[in-house]
Amino acid sequence: MQKALHHEGAASVRTRPKQRRSGLLLTILLHVVLIVFSVVMVAPFLWMLVSSFESTEQAFSIPPTWIPDPIMWENYPQSLQALPFHLAYWNSTLVAVTVTLCQLITCSLAGYAFARLRFPGRDIIFFLFLATLMIPFQLTIIPIFLTMKELNLLDNLLSLILPPSLFSAFGVFLMRQFIMGLPTELEEAAIIDGASRWAIFWRVIFPLLKAPLSALGIFAFLSQWNDFFRPLIMLNSSENFTVPLLLNQFRGQYATEWTLVMAGSVIAIVPVLIVYLLAQRYVIQGIAMTGLKA
Amino acid sequence: MDVQLHGKAVAEKQRRGWSQKEKKEVFWGYTFILPQLIGMLVFSIFPLISVFVLSLTQWDGLGDIHFVGFQNFIDQFTGDDLRIALARTVYYTVLTVPIGLFIALMLSLALNNVRGKSFYRLLYFMPYVTGSVAVGVIWSWLLNSDLGLINNLLKGWFHIDGIGWLTDSRYVIPSLAMVGIWQGLGFNIVLFLAGLQGIPQTYFEAARIDGANRFQTFWRVTLPLLTPTIFFTTVISVINSFQVFDLTFILTDGGPGKDSYTMVYHIYNLGFKSSQYGSASAVAVILFLILMVLTLIQFRLQRRWVHYEM
Repeated sequence: MQKALHHEGAASVRTRPKQRRSGLLLTILLHVVLIVFSVVMVAPFLWMLVSSFESTEQAFSIPPTWIPDPIMWENYPQSLQALPFHLAYWNSTLVAVTVTLCQLITCSLAGYAFARLRFPGRDIIFFLFLATLMIPFQLTIIPIFLTMKELNLLDNLLSLILPPSLFSAFGVFLMRQFIMGLPTELEEAAIIDGASRWAIFWRVIFPLLKAPLSALGIFAFLSQWNDFFRPLIMLNSSENFTVPLLLNQFRGQYATEWTLVMAGSVIAIVPVLIVYLLAQRYVIQGIAMTGLKA
Repeated sequence: MDVQLHGKAVAEKQRRGWSQKEKKEVFWGYTFILPQLIGMLVFSIFPLISVFVLSLTQWDGLGDIHFVGFQNFIDQFTGDDLRIALARTVYYTVLTVPIGLFIALMLSLALNNVRGKSFYRLLYFMPYVTGSVAVGVIWSWLLNSDLGLINNLLKGWFHIDGIGWLTDSRYVIPSLAMVGIWQGLGFNIVLFLAGLQGIPQTYFEAARIDGANRFQTFWRVTLPLLTPTIFFTTVISVINSFQVFDLTFILTDGGPGKDSYTMVYHIYNLGFKSSQYGSASAVAVILFLILMVLTLIQFRLQRRWVHYEM
């Protein structure tokens, strides 16, 4: 009975050429809208790239010219010399990579303990982790800043590295949820074989965590690399600056030389853009998975 | 249930003592959580308690700490700056959240129905990846009133005199909202697409069998089943918009005058520019309470419009 209805319904849909034509029209319309928005999304980046190769006069011309003539290659060496971009790259990489690696290890360890081990106070402590997820960072940043000041860590990259390396409630939560969903048979076999908990974690569990680890890793790396507020308050000297902070300084110092500032912006974003283009599937999966957080 | 069972098992063990194997498990449990536990205590619980204590004091970070009761809060509520910051922030949020979510929802629906979804998504997501400083620097030139691309285009193509996007007090918050929407679009689209993919195909089949047209299917099936995602993105967007800082700092520095002076900018200004840690903490506490109330209200209201499956 149901099957018959289904067939009838399917047939009535399929035999309507008018609707199919309207479907094609709709598809074209949708693409037009999507392309218009694509232009809106890409044009600012394109203009950044184009004007970074233009002379000041050309970049300010009315109407704007989209093809640099002559191509001002020298904008790039000039920007690179103006401020220590190589140091900023090193600083940003150091911060982002250290934090990411630490989070991957500490969060998966804690996530495993909360998911599988039994110890007194486990559920209360896990609940505390969940509760801290709701605290906006502006609330805790003043005492953290003052702590760093007491520890003499201001203007030191450790002030950026330490807090997120040791604490990510979101990472712990993500790992715990994922490990809870894993079957227990593998571990049980290892326990019978007399393996220690550390061996079980490292040899059995950790290799199974590729999906949540890549999601957490990408999220941690991007948020550390792009962070602006914490470097802004913690760092003072430009040799310690991260890339966003240096770009901000560049903009301040060369406020009128926009072509140089744009070359600096290109230098600042090209590495992340390349990583993104190469790993976009993982980036987007990671963000969709971590969207819970933001 | 799981938690209760666990609790009972622990109580049971405490009565009859721990076996060697269980002791080991307890040891490893604490060892594994130790780094994160220390991190939480030092970088979340301790600062959380401190900020509430600090908000009741006056301290410049050097001299003595003076306990002043609720004086900081009274000062904030009677002074101008908090009122200004709150008004600017609310204005920004009211523009950014509905418009941003509406555009993202429409584009996600379009993307869900065409080929080449991942290509478009790649482009829409770029500003999220490049970070807010680069976005701010690029847009500060695009929106520059004398030399910026947008005003130059308006003049060159349409012979219209441009406006002071970032320098005119009437336009500064809408301009910031525009950049904020532009930057957040990809993120919202990714969440909406995940939500759309989460709708079981059987619902669409059922609608087709019932002879529903596209419009009916959207209105009666897609939209109701997407309400949990819409709710979730709304909560996140409100929180994010309320915390806007990077864009205002880069694009306008809170100006012109105090026309884009937002809440987090106020905290930054008090705490990190003028070392008034007590007042800054008080504003941080106020911001936290506002966000909490807003989120609670949204959770209350969701019963009226969010449909959870089953």
